[in-house]
Order: sequence, then structure tokens, then C-alpha cells
Amino acid sequence: MSAYEISIISIIGINVILAVSLNMISGFCGQISLGHGAFFGAGAYAAALTMVGSGSVPLAIMAALLTGSLLGLAVGFASLRVRTDFLAVTTIGVNFLFVGFVRKQAWLGGEMGISGIPATGFGPVGNMTMILLFAAATIALSLYISRSWMGFAFRAVGEDEGAAATLGINSGAYKLAAFGIGTALAGLAGCLYTFFTQFITVDAFDFIFSVMLMAMVVIGGIGSTWGVVVAAVGLTLLPEAIRFVNDYRLLVFGGLLVLVIRLAPGGLTGMVQRAFLAVRRS
Amino acid sequence: MSAALKLDDVAIRFGGVQAVGGVSFSIKEGDFVGLIGPNGAGKTTLIKIIAGLLRPDKGSVQLSGVDVTADGTAARVRRGLALTHQIVRPFREMTVLDNVALGAGYRRTSSPFRALMHLDRRLEYERAAEIIAQVGLAGTEKKLAGSLPLGQMKRLEVARALAVEPCVILLDEPLAGLNHAEASKQVEAIAAVHAKGITVVLVEHNLEEVMRICRRLIVLNNGLVIGDGEPREVMADPDVHEAYVGGGMASHAEA
Ligand SMILES: Nc1ncnc2c1ncn2[C@@H]1O[C@H](COP(=O)(O)OP(=O)(O)O)[C@@H](O)[C@H]1O
Ligand SMILES: [Mg+2]
Repeated sequence: MSAYEISIISIIGINVILAVSLNMISGFCGQISLGHGAFFGAGAYAAALTMVGSGSVPLAIMAALLTGSLLGLAVGFASLRVRTDFLAVTTIGVNFLFVGFVRKQAWLGGEMGISGIPATGFGPVGNMTMILLFAAATIALSLYISRSWMGFAFRAVGEDEGAAATLGINSGAYKLAAFGIGTALAGLAGCLYTFFTQFITVDAFDFIFSVMLMAMVVIGGIGSTWGVVVAAVGLTLLPEAIRFVNDYRLLVFGGLLVLVIRLAPGGLTGMVQRAFLAVRRS
Repeated sequence: MSAALKLDDVAIRFGGVQAVGGVSFSIKEGDFVGLIGPNGAGKTTLIKIIAGLLRPDKGSVQLSGVDVTADGTAARVRRGLALTHQIVRPFREMTVLDNVALGAGYRRTSSPFRALMHLDRRLEYERAAEIIAQVGLAGTEKKLAGSLPLGQMKRLEVARALAVEPCVILLDEPLAGLNHAEASKQVEAIAAVHAKGITVVLVEHNLEEVMRICRRLIVLNNGLVIGDGEPREVMADPDVHEAYVGGGMASHAEA
């Protein structure tokens, strides 16, 4: 395997974790978050500092999970107070605040970022394998949640909080759970990214990246784990294959997002379901 | 024995409107109470306060002797309260069976952590199917709730309320918008609810049905209780009569 292939596969694995975890928050539980990049970044910085300080891989993973979910719970608390459409704006704000904050912090490397992060010692193939294992675990967790009573209640909260409450479902607790789990996984993805690059700057965690993650969720078919996995792989490869897409990321992903919402709200999953039905009928 | 539901001096104001202005009453276990009054009297507002969907400016709400004034809706439901919405709110993207099963699984969804530990839905689906049959919706289990006609959606509201095994059920205009045949099926479903020993509070415009099935009437007007007692006596009260004539429901009251 070439170094290029290894790096592409690693990035795909990281993006799968990010898209699937965002889908738990926005797809399963209906809480629109356009700031997933901030939790990804928080995990990356936490892991970077831990690696620089201790060089311990397990510690870095724990620090990233914890930092991602703590920041996520804080935003989750905000989500209890605001309407769903306003939450989208709030999370965009969180993303910009995160980037703005990190840029000004000397201890986080400011504009220059953090470089010279100690290696995991697993080598590129070892890192890639670890990333793929975590991605597989994330997919398995997502599939499990969607089949569990938690996923059942998430759907109710996402569709109508008031009606969920009349069935005894405490929407606030479920929203916090969705944010807590989803952002912990985003933090984990950030940690894996740090292991992979050993050099991070805040630009990797900007709002444009969050829009790309939301595009993966929407294009994959909101709420469908496998649809989102397929979209995450596809949208990661697209800028690699087509130079133009790489140069105009926001335009292309934002445009795709709007197109799918307007023309095919079910995303890939909806299209496959419809095609399947059509084939069965004929 | 403590009352199933007790209100003490409950009041709420919206801007210039005193929607509910100091209401107190106590409803005993197993009773069937009609809450009536002209349009805008404050019935829905009072139901929402009891259900925890609105917070009163003052006063308290007790369920089976426990003060629940500070609790949210979900917590009150777990204390034995259930309600149907005047404007139906099914989970449109879920099947009828899922809508009811989710209520039947209220023990599993008491916390996200507990919910995460459980996968099996068979018991809840069985219970849900029974309840769906009880309200006369057998055969619609696999349909999307959003695709049902209004008459069936209104019965689905009752089915979901039953699923959480309530002691007290609040029904806000469960017959509104139904044709005669649908309404009589709905009345049957409600009578069956009461027959199980559940305390029923029914908000309804159709006075004929109310007089027929309720054991006690509480009449609201301008946010205040103006009549309370045995249905025929209450309706004979000149003040109540006056409120209905004044409230533009003369045809109903005099018919
Ligand atoms: N959310 C609200 N904001 C302002 N006024 C309200 C609101 N809800 C109800 N009201 C007013 O309170 C009064 C009682 O309304 P409501 O409880 O819906 O009456 P009913 O159900 O008896 O017809 C009406 O005058 C209504 O206009
Ligand atoms: Mg009303």
C-alpha cells in the first residue's frame, strides 16, 4: 500500500466517525448541529497536548473523548433553551468561537498550531488499522443505538418534543445524551487525526468542515447509519478525484446540501428505498 | 384517601388576558368529570397547566396527594397523568404500532441510560396491539400515523394516553371534528377507559355527550369556575345558562 493510499483510508475512517457521530445528534435526535468541527478540534487539541505532555496513547484518547463530550454537553445545555432552528445558528457560533479562541491562545500554538506531536509508535499502517477499528466500533454503536429504546426515544424527541413528553420521555435528558455521545466520538476522531498528522492547526476544524460533515449526513439520508457511511466515503474521495471540488469546497458541499434537501430529502437511503420499491413492483 | 387530582388557586395571565383566574377543585379517584365552558373560557389553558405544558403564575397542582407544580410534563406522566392534545400530535413518521409501543415502553425510556440497555420491543408491541384494538384501530398497526384520517388520529391520541398506564387522563376535545359515526366510536373508547378505573377529565363542546357520560361537571367562564356538581343540577343553574347564552352557545344550551 502506498503512503497516499494509507493516508486516504485513514482520513476516510476519521470522516466516517465524524459523520456517523453527527448523525446521532442531528439524524437520530433531530438536533441540528453545524459546529461538529469544533468538537473534532477540541478532541484533537486535547490529544495533542496530552501526547506532548505524556506521550501516552490511551491517555490521549481519554482526554479527547472527555474534552469533546464536555464541550458537547455545554452546547447540549444551550440546546435545551433554544428552538431547533436557532440551535443551528448557535452551533455555527460555537464553531467560529472555537476557531477564534484557539487562534489567540499561545499555549495552543495560536496561528501556527501544534507541531512535533510524538508518534504513537504504531507506524502509518498501525495508525490506519486503529482508525478503521474505531470507525467500525462507531458504526456498530450507531446501529445498536438506533435499534435500542434510546434510538426509539431519540426519534420521538426529534419529531415532536411535546408529544414525546406526553409519553413520559424527558426530551432534555435525551438531547444531552445525544450531544454527549456524539461529541465524545467527534473528540475521538480528533485524537485519531492528531495521531495521523502529528501536526494540527485550527483551520482543519473550521465551519466549512462542519458543513461538509452535515452534507455527508444529509446526502447519506438523515438517520440512516449505512447511508451516512457511504456518503462519508464518497464525499471524502470526491475532492481527491476532482481538483475543482477541492478548490471550491464550501460551494460544492453547501450546494449539494441544498440540492438534496430540496430534491431528495431522504438522501441516498431514500433513493435506494424508492428504487428498491420500484423494482419489486415491476 | 387523597384526591386523584387537586388544584389550588391556579391562575395564569397572557398579556392582558387573565386566561385562568384562581381555580380550585378536587377530583376523586375513578370519577368522570366534564370540564365545560364557552370558547375562550380557559379550558385548554387549565388542561395545559395540569399537564405541566404551561407554568401557572400562582397556585399548585397535586396528583394523588403529591405536589407536582414544579415538575415537567414527562415527570407528571410518570406519576400517572396522561393527556390527549386538542390538536392531534402523533409521530407522523412512525407507524401506529410504534406510536403506542413507545408509550407502553415508558419504563424503559425513564432515562437515556436505561433506554440504551434495552433492545427488545416484543412485550411493548403486544401491549400496544391490545390497546390499539381497544380503541377500535385494529388493522391500522402498520400504517404511518401521519396517513390516518382525523377520526382515527383522535383515537390514536387516546391509545397513546392509555399506553402509559395512567391513573388520571385528560382529554381535550377528543370528539371535535369527528362525524357522528367516528364520535360514537370515540365515546365508546373513552367509556372503556373509565371502566378500567381511570379518572377521566373530559373537555368537550358536545353538551349532549357530556351530559350523557359525565358524573360531575365543572363549568369555566372567563377563567373562573361558575358551576360545579351533578350535571343536571349544574346545567339548571341560571349563572351557567347565562354564561352559555352570553358565550354565543345559546343554540346548544337551549336545544
Ligand atoms: N398562548 C397564549 N397566548 C395568549 N393568549 C392565550 C394563549 N392561550 C390562550 N390564550 C387566551 O386565553 C383564553 C383561554 O383560552 P383557552 O384556554 O384556549 O380556551 P378554551 O380552551 O376554553 O376555548 C382565551 O382568551 C385565549 O385567547
Ligand atoms: Mg380549547
